[in-house]
Order: sequence, then structure tokens, then C-alpha cells
Amino acid sequence: MSTTKNKPVDNGVNVAALLAARQALTEAPAAAQFKWRATCDWVKGTHSRTTVENFFGLGEEQKHRAKFTFDADHPEIFASEDHGATPVEIVLAGLASCLTAGIAAVAQNREIQLRSVKATLEGGMDLQGILGIDSDVRNGFDGIKVTYTIDADATPEELRALVAQSQKRSAVYDIVTNPTNVTVDVRPA
Amino acid sequence: MQTTAVVIGAGHAGLAMSHCLTARSIDHVVLERGEVANSWKTERWDSLRLLTPNWQSRLPGYGYEGGDPDGFRSMPETIRFIEGYAKSFSAPVRTQTKVTSVESDGAGYRISTDQGEWRSRIVVLANGACNVPVVPALATALPPDIRTLTVREYRNPSQIEPGGVLVVGASASGTQIGEELQRANRPVTLAVGEHIRAPRTYRGRDIKWWMDAAGVMNDRYDEIDDIVRARNVPSLQLAGSDDRRTIDLNRLTGLGVRLVGRLAGVAGSKLQFSGSLRNVCEMSDLKMNRLLERIDEWATANGMDGEAEPPHRFEPTRVEAAPPVNLDVRSSGIRTVLWAAGFRPDFSWLQVPVLDHKGRLKHDGGVVAPGMYVLGLPFLRRRKSSLIDGAADDARDLFAHLTAHLDGRTTLSPATS
Repeated sequence: MSTTKNKPVDNGVNVAALLAARQALTEAPAAAQFKWRATCDWVKGTHSRTTVENFFGLGEEQKHRAKFTFDADHPEIFASEDHGATPVEIVLAGLASCLTAGIAAVAQNREIQLRSVKATLEGGMDLQGILGIDSDVRNGFDGIKVTYTIDADATPEELRALVAQSQKRSAVYDIVTNPTNVTVDVRPA
Repeated sequence: MQTTAVVIGAGHAGLAMSHCLTARSIDHVVLERGEVANSWKTERWDSLRLLTPNWQSRLPGYGYEGGDPDGFRSMPETIRFIEGYAKSFSAPVRTQTKVTSVESDGAGYRISTDQGEWRSRIVVLANGACNVPVVPALATALPPDIRTLTVREYRNPSQIEPGGVLVVGASASGTQIGEELQRANRPVTLAVGEHIRAPRTYRGRDIKWWMDAAGVMNDRYDEIDDIVRARNVPSLQLAGSDDRRTIDLNRLTGLGVRLVGRLAGVAGSKLQFSGSLRNVCEMSDLKMNRLLERIDEWATANGMDGEAEPPHRFEPTRVEAAPPVNLDVRSSGIRTVLWAAGFRPDFSWLQVPVLDHKGRLKHDGGVVAPGMYVLGLPFLRRRKSSLIDGAADDARDLFAHLTAHLDGRTTLSPATS
């Protein structure tokens, strides 16, 4: 590192535990197989509520410390009641949180003390896609722009490398930049 | 047949070990599926030249003695060089002898070939790191009228029908062949994943000279941060040529090559590319700059600043604002897909439990099992391990371990130097 430090770097990330987990999962690839789950209930109109609580990993059922819920809706200009973020904003939230968690972990591993990290995200979308006006326009984002403002004990190059490495290791970045097979089944209640 | 050591593969690495064995009069044989320097003779494209300068081929008891130390060998010159090495010490090479299996056999190994069976206490795997071209699973989903070929099958542009070519992979092979095809009027789309950018020359000297002098090539496997990652690093984007040109992505886009992200999916006639192009280019630029920084620091510390040109940095990789994430092979005119996604070694004939769950050879600095060694894999013991110039130190280290094993005084931990 280019800067001198007089106290140990602490970004609140237990890197030793992460590295130990990496080693353990290298030796036991089966334990690395995770299933992330969510359930979603329609509330009314475009309003729905998603719940996450259980997931599978390390060879057994796991549970969050609490049940987390996410309300999603659309704004009033879509003739909706705006009970929550739009689903596409939740995608932005997922991407931002994933990259930011990665930045903290990589910074800890590289002994970079973070003081503040702020991400600003913008996803462009042409509504002619989802409204079926122009079949050449895709439904999803035509691009996502993420801007990080970081205050840390590091050179600008080190910060760029930190953010680059976080993208390389990010699950959500991978999900949004690469195709994923999606299977949707339906059955009567 | 009984011998003390069997070396599999008569390329530079196997011959380097044979030279060590010969020098100590250890009875051995070098088994070669084809001829000496077989891969160079049969699996390389016509215009390929080594990407290391002529001087950088220092083998045990052998090296470059011509008048062009800074030049780059053509394939015929590379073949002559390796054949000359085999002749120089009368290496005991059995050509046209294909190994079909290696099994444990008490204190040693039983090596079956299409020319009979050998028993030996020592086996050295020197069959190379580039046996099998990597072709992604999604290749089978490509429309059937798209012609596909691998780097191993590619010879020259006349093989490629008129029309566009998607070159998958932007390391040394992909960028060199991409440049050649683009100049031969086969418009190239280059799918770019992780790659390592490097200038051919820096501050008036060849990049390989700097890396060698500054000790970069000697970084050791047991001292580097993340050896798993280091062993998976692709080849530098370099080419050997008379004009010593750099073939980075900026040069290719200047010639009209279109950059897209890593090939991530095929849906009907539509090719899907990762949206990560900007980040892989950014990572590569940052990595190159860290290498140049290390070189600059070394130059300053070693009083080179006066005689070398001043430090500078290269233009960042240019990436268009919104590179396509989809291309229809029909409307984009792509007729051919060329796989340049790297190679892997083939150890499928090893009937000894030394492969991991992905079929990769497990080894500790080249020591595979008691009496079994491997040479020539990426970062085996040093950053230079996969280069011709890397075989000497690795062969000497492993030879020391090997003789200790024969003398009955080893453990499994590899020799250090």
C-alpha cells in the first residue's frame, strides 16, 4: 500500500473467516452449493410483497436471523399507488449492495481503510419495450451506470483496482451482465 | 523394458530434464508420441513466431548462438532449435511412441505405450500445457451452418471463407490471429474476457527484457499471493514480429476489429456477450500499469534511469460507449467462429490418483507423487515456468528432488532453491 497506517485496517469484514471458508469450500465443493430463495405475494394492483427467510447452503437448510420483506410497486405516474420501489430499482439495489459488499471485503483483504463509500446508480430504459410499442426495444435496461465516490486510504489507482475486483467477484454483476436460464412454472392453488 | 526414468514428451521441457539426467548418467528414455518438437511441427499456425526473444531460451547446456538475439523465432526456427538441443547431447528419444497409460507399480511406475511397456522408478510428465484447445460448452448451440475451428486447427486466412469471423479469446493467440484475419479482409469481432495487456517494448527495450531483468519472471509459486489465480492467468497479449509491434486491443480496434464482451450465450442465431467488457479492459490496464510501475521502480533502484527512455503510460483501452451484448450471426455477417479460449493439458491417460475433481493435475511445485514430476505448466514453480526459458530452473530444481528420491532421502516437499 502507498500509505502508512498506524492502526489496523477495520472495514468490519472478517477476512480471515472468508479466506477460511474459501479454503474449506475448495476442499468440499458440495458444501459450496447454495440455493437462494424468495417468496412473493401479490397484494393489490401492481403492489407485491417479497419475503426472504430460508436458504440452503453448507449442506443443510439455513435461516436468516429474521424474516425480511420487500414491497414493490410502481409510481403514481404509472397509475399505481407507489407502495414501494419498482422491481427494476430493486435490481439496482441488489447490484449496488453486491458491489459495495465486495468493495469492503476486497479493501479489507488489501488493507485499505475505508471511511465512506457511496454508489450512485442509473439504469436507462426505453418504455417502448415493456409497453409493446416497438419490438426492437428490449424490456430491460439498455445500460446501467454505476458511480462510486470513495473516501479511503488508497491511491486513485488502488481504488479503481478495488472497484474492478469487486465487479469481477460480484454475483449480481454477473447476473445482470450474463444470460441466465429462467424457468417459470405455474400451478392452480 | 526397464529404465530408471521415463520422460514423457520431447519438447524443450522434456529435453531439459533429459539433459540433467544425461549429465548425471542416469539411465532414462524420452517417449515422444510424434517427432521431437511435435506440437510446434503439427499444431501451430503458419505465421506464428515465438513471443519471447531469441536470447530468452536458455536451456541447460544450450541456448541461442545466432546473430539476432532480439529477434523472434519462426516455427521452422523453433523446431530446428529444439531438434538441435536433442542432438546436442544425443537425447535418448523414442519417437512415434504414444503413452497410453501410466500406473503405479510398487516402488515405481508402469508406462504403457503403443510400442510396448516400460517400468521405471521415475516418471516426468513433460507433454505440455497446450494439448487440448478449450471450447466452451455453448459451442454446440451454434447454428450448424457456422463453421468453427480452434487455434490448433488454424493455419492461415485462406482456410477461412469470406465473411466475418468471431474470434473468441483475446490473449496472445486470439489477438495475433484476429489481427491477421482482419488484415486479410475477414472482418473480425473479438470476444474479450479476462486478458493481460502488455506493450512489446517499453522505455526502449523489449518488455520481456524488463520482466526478466526486474525479476518478474522469477516470482516463485510458493511466495506469490494467490497461486491458483496466478496459474490461470492467460498469456500476455504479445506477438513476435520484425517491427516489434504491440498488438493490444487499441491496435486491433484501429484496424477495424470490433470488441465485444466474453461470449456468454447462444440463443438461436443470436450470440450473447457479457456486459463486462469495460471492466475486463479496466482490470487489464490496471494490471499492465502495475507491471510498468514495478519495472520503473527496478530501473530507478538499479541506476537504469539515465540510459533508458523516461517512464510513460499507454492510452487506456478504448471501449465503445455501448458495445453490443447481442449479435445475430445472420445480420452481422459472421460465418466462422474461431476458438482462441486457451488450452489445457491432457492427463487422461494417468491411471494414478493425482487429478482433482476437475481433472487438473495436483502438484506441489512440480512434485506430483513420489517419483512423479511434471514440467512446463503455467507457474509450475516460477512465473516463467511455461516458457522455454523457464524449463532450465524448474528442471534443475526437480532433478535435485528426483536424485534425492532415487537415493531414498526425500519427502514429498519439493526442492527449494
